[in-house]
Amino acid sequence: MLKIELNKLNDLFAKISSSTDLILPVTVAGETNFAKYEDGAEVNLSVQTVKSAKDSFFPQAEDLMKFKTEGKKIDIIDVREKVESFVLFGVRACDYRSFEILDRVFLVDPIDTYYKAKREKGVIVTLACSRPEESCFCSAFGIDATNPLGDVTTYIADGFLYWNANTDKGNALTDAVKDLFAQADSNDEAKIDEQKKNTKEILSKLPYANVDLSGFTPDKLNELFNDAKWEELSEACLGCGSCTFVCPTCQCYDIKDFKTNDGVKRFRCWDSCMYADFTKMAHGNSRNFQLQRFRQRFMHKLVYYPSNNEGIYSCVGCGRCVKKCPISMNIAKVIKTIGGKNND
Amino acid sequence: MTDFETLIPVIGVVTDIRKDTPDVKTFRVVTREGQKPFIHKPGQCAMVSIPGVGEAMFSITSSPTNKEFLEFSIKKCGCLTTWLHAMEVGQEVTVRGPYGNPFPVETEFKGKDMLFIAGGIGLAPLRSVINYIRDNRANYGKVDIVYGSRSMDDLVDFNEIKTEWMNEPDFNVHLTIDRPQPEWDGHVGFVPAFVEELGFDTNKTAVLCGPPIMIKFTLASLIKLGFDKTQVYTTLELRMKCGVGKCGRCNVGDKYVCKDGPVFRCDQLDELPNEY
Repeated sequence: MLKIELNKLNDLFAKISSSTDLILPVTVAGETNFAKYEDGAEVNLSVQTVKSAKDSFFPQAEDLMKFKTEGKKIDIIDVREKVESFVLFGVRACDYRSFEILDRVFLVDPIDTYYKAKREKGVIVTLACSRPEESCFCSAFGIDATNPLGDVTTYIADGFLYWNANTDKGNALTDAVKDLFAQADSNDEAKIDEQKKNTKEILSKLPYANVDLSGFTPDKLNELFNDAKWEELSEACLGCGSCTFVCPTCQCYDIKDFKTNDGVKRFRCWDSCMYADFTKMAHGNSRNFQLQRFRQRFMHKLVYYPSNNEGIYSCVGCGRCVKKCPISMNIAKVIKTIGGKNND
Repeated sequence: MTDFETLIPVIGVVTDIRKDTPDVKTFRVVTREGQKPFIHKPGQCAMVSIPGVGEAMFSITSSPTNKEFLEFSIKKCGCLTTWLHAMEVGQEVTVRGPYGNPFPVETEFKGKDMLFIAGGIGLAPLRSVINYIRDNRANYGKVDIVYGSRSMDDLVDFNEIKTEWMNEPDFNVHLTIDRPQPEWDGHVGFVPAFVEELGFDTNKTAVLCGPPIMIKFTLASLIKLGFDKTQVYTTLELRMKCGVGKCGRCNVGDKYVCKDGPVFRCDQLDELPNEY
């Protein structure tokens, strides 16, 4: 394990970004989000980003192709550019798990090559949590916030950032920056262990830490779908879609065409199952009411996705939706309300 | 950049446009080289698009036994379909596919007496299977077709039905329209009641397609006649963007219509939430 003083982190960021794009949590106008590192950027590793880290692999909007039309003729122009390698730094354990969840959507046959190209070129440097937020409940999904995976795992303790490469990609990145680091010793490891212990202690006492998911199994699909409590749960939902936009695992997308001065651009962008037009067709809508749309979002994460993915839930307990919902509804409350008696 | 990318379509040229009814046209599509854009199985769908207007899923109405072109029977009912209806021969469109699971013509349907029941534009996906069976006649038993629409003018593929299906050995075609019409000497009435009136043997495998309400009542009629849901197949339609189970909108419970459907057996549909 290697270590670097926290006050030298800017040197590390400058070094990495001199040869490749570096994406990390940056505060702009009071909001911290993953963004490209530039000289003078206000890097902030101590808070959770407002949006998740999924943008790097599944951007909020991305061009798919272009069309040139002339008379009755249409030409398709491939706009895919060669994806350069990049470093995604400061990813928490919850967001790291979300990549594995998205992989099971985009990397299964037929593979989404737009996603795959970025996924292959991204070097993920995770950061262990030391200050979980009150809305966090990743432990409910079996995620160890103090020990994230990734190409490199980092820990912040006692004025240092500790660095441990896990993969070939991680080793290659380490080789490029190791001049800036010193070797960590057993004292350092004791400090990290101490911090892990403290963090776990905090995590176990968070309000949603003990939500019980055992009631959500694919064999109860219809029973859960028909639960009468969806009505009261969804009653106040505004259908704003904020939860889906900050969610690291929400994968739904729209494909749209945009007429430019230079042909038609076809792009895809995040969409939300909370919106009325999500399923609207010329002849009708399969989810006409907000109750149905609300239920769809949670059934997908807690039942449908697990049913198709060996029981893995499509939620990582990051708690972003807990913080953002304007009516204070969230997946933790849904789990507590319809997830069976262990949640009482 | 040689990877196959499912979201990127191919160019199709519309070589023939047939006006079937006041609001249904059938479009014949080939590649620029004059070939069939791709091989499909009966009941599968494809995404058809006009850049700048939109892209949507349509069932392929031509039979897989046709090696020359794809045909789509499309009802004018929204933005993209209105545009498609305004097209002239020679217009290029984009197509990608085929998507979804086909009707089990090589397994469950083999050797069976078949009963096809369609309402309105619901004939489009069934035409693909019916013509497939005509071209592989030895592999299937008797075929009954019940087809109904609002009026005589709304019967899709009426020409083919009259001149070909009605003359096919062991094919029985039963047509009905919703309201009487002076030129019509056939049956008048809705499909579900007509099916009960005709009273089919329950040794048949039934394939049902039409508006959701027609499917619901016709299924009830079949059950009344003694059919089991395991003998009845249908094909669903929900809004789709990707066609490959990733964009997240066409699911019914844990199944995606684009990927796990559009063909479902009615007993399998029963296991899913009623949200389609």
